[in-house]
Amino acid sequence: MESLSNRKKVLEQKPMTFMERMYLPAIFQGLSITIKHFFRKKPTIQYPEQKREFSQNFRGIHSLKRDEDGRERCTACGLCALSCPAEAITMTAAERKPGEEGLYREEKYAAVYEINMLRCIFCGFCEEACPKEAIYLDGDIAPANFERDTFIYGKDRLLEPIHNKVQNS
Amino acid sequence: MEAIVIEKIILITVILLLSLVIAMYMTLAERKFAGFLQDRLGPNRTGPFGILQPLADGVKLFTKEEIIPANANKMLFILGPSLAMFTACIGSAVIPWGHDLVIGGRTIPLQVADINVGVLYIFGVVSLGVYGVMIGGWASNNKYSLLGAIRAASQNISYEIAMGLSIIALLMVTGTLSMRGIAVGQAGNLYGWGPSGMAWNVFYQPLGFLIYLICMFAEANRTPFDLPECESELVAGYHTEHSSMKLGFYLFAEYINMFIASAVVATLYFGGYNFPGQDAIVGSVSPFLYTLIGVAALFLKISFFLFFFIWIRWTIPRFRYDQLMKLGWNILIPLSIANIVITGIVMFMAGKV
Amino acid sequence: MTITQSLFYFLAFVAIFCSLLVVLAKNPVHSVLYLIITFFAFTGHYILLNAQFVGIVNIIVYAGAIMVLFLFVIMLLNFNEGTETHKPNLVKFAGAITGGLVLVVLVASLQTLQQSNPVKLNNADIGLVKNLGKVLFNEFLLPFEVVSILFLSAMVGAVLLARKENN
Repeated sequence: MESLSNRKKVLEQKPMTFMERMYLPAIFQGLSITIKHFFRKKPTIQYPEQKREFSQNFRGIHSLKRDEDGRERCTACGLCALSCPAEAITMTAAERKPGEEGLYREEKYAAVYEINMLRCIFCGFCEEACPKEAIYLDGDIAPANFERDTFIYGKDRLLEPIHNKVQNS
Repeated sequence: MEAIVIEKIILITVILLLSLVIAMYMTLAERKFAGFLQDRLGPNRTGPFGILQPLADGVKLFTKEEIIPANANKMLFILGPSLAMFTACIGSAVIPWGHDLVIGGRTIPLQVADINVGVLYIFGVVSLGVYGVMIGGWASNNKYSLLGAIRAASQNISYEIAMGLSIIALLMVTGTLSMRGIAVGQAGNLYGWGPSGMAWNVFYQPLGFLIYLICMFAEANRTPFDLPECESELVAGYHTEHSSMKLGFYLFAEYINMFIASAVVATLYFGGYNFPGQDAIVGSVSPFLYTLIGVAALFLKISFFLFFFIWIRWTIPRFRYDQLMKLGWNILIPLSIANIVITGIVMFMAGKV
Repeated sequence: MTITQSLFYFLAFVAIFCSLLVVLAKNPVHSVLYLIITFFAFTGHYILLNAQFVGIVNIIVYAGAIMVLFLFVIMLLNFNEGTETHKPNLVKFAGAITGGLVLVVLVASLQTLQQSNPVKLNNADIGLVKNLGKVLFNEFLLPFEVVSILFLSAMVGAVLLARKENN
């Protein structure tokens, strides 16, 4: 039948020559290839000791940010929880009491803020949704653990340490 | 009489322990070298360079649950791995490990038993090796295991013939069936020139060596002939149902078999404990050191063949079953018969008969 | 009793006991395994007679190859204890008569048996491979070659039988 595209190639299947049927040259060829790999430098990175640098837009564990004075930025608006496609974020809002102005920037703050790292898909939508620039996915890879409970990260583990920000400002 | 018994017991213990330790570390070497050949590092977390990995594997295998299938033949199910281990271990009895050791005026031959049909003994042990696989596979009462066992049996029988025929040509050259006799026969120099200790049979029997090597791989159930235990078709073949240390015995027996096969091929074709230039230093070093160098030379050759086993395994894919049978019956057996005829003609022409 | 003698009695016991079990075992695979043990006992006897070559060849050929094939066939056919067919009374009767006749012959031959001199090997090394080869290829050359031709014809016959008719 005439080929329409004219690009058809007929593969000619020649019977194997004697040398090819002996297999031995091919086996030696294969052996030389594998032995070359034996001495080649290994690209393995020994993970816990060595780490490869993350790329610029890598998204790791979340951190809740503080402002220049060390106050929590989050106002518990719930936009991050709303935008989360995996429904990994829950929070409980609370009203700021008088005298707590040094702790929370807004009048309303998140008393409880939990992210389930087993649900989280690290899409970064919470980061985009946040109007207060309070959450960023700038941490490390979520470490492995034996219990499922430990994957629910509370404020104790998410919140940025206070001294960093105060010293920086 | 007393002293010789103690000597033999010590020698047997040392050889047995040595083969067990080598088999243990072969499992690590296999994984390490497999890693290197595939641009990986292999296991390196247990101890420096992973040298404690075999111990960890052993502990794991020992502590696993022993499962005997409900409809399995209990006695034969346990007999299978035991037989595999047993036949693997007794092969080392006739291998000469070195020149005679002289300690305090006593001459100790480094060979457990110098029987005058040593080569045939090795051959007999190899042919018994298939029973462990067959009995274990049949007793599992599992179709995959049975198929694996039957494949093992037919493969071993087919390749034993070519192996025996290739050895016959070797025996025509050496003129003796004793392993020590064969090793001693390779102590001279090659074709009348060069250093001593180089009259290796591989130079007189290249084709025979090639056939023997291929059959050795088939008898040890290693790739490219590991059809009895192929994972993709037979779910690991004859040891599908075996767990815990019974599985460990099967795997261990395979590595001991490799060690013994390497020792045999080094003795038969690669000069055994002879090393190049041995006549030049025999007078100048102490007899003890001389023996030690000989043993080291033998173990160097054995290590090379053990490495070769691994190297082949991670290079060549498995044969298909019909290809395996075709190679054995249609190619290797005629080739080895031709080798016998050629050897006879050459020996006649050279006036060696 | 010397070591050789006690070894002989032990091996003889093993050989006879396992031969009985070959016949008496219900499971055919067990029968084959007992037969293999019997062959090993025979090998032990050969080695006691200083016939190492015959002993090893017995292991290679009988235990290593022929019994593997037996095992192979039995495993593939998968006989079980239940598959044994019921034998008609006529067969049982014939079997009993045959067994009785064999017994009569045995008793008759044992009766005429005299205690002979213990077999003495004139040459203790006669079983070694070197002497065996010399005897085979000098004294018994013709029978040896005839036997090999017999085997060849058997092999050709087997190949002919196994080949498919392509017509």
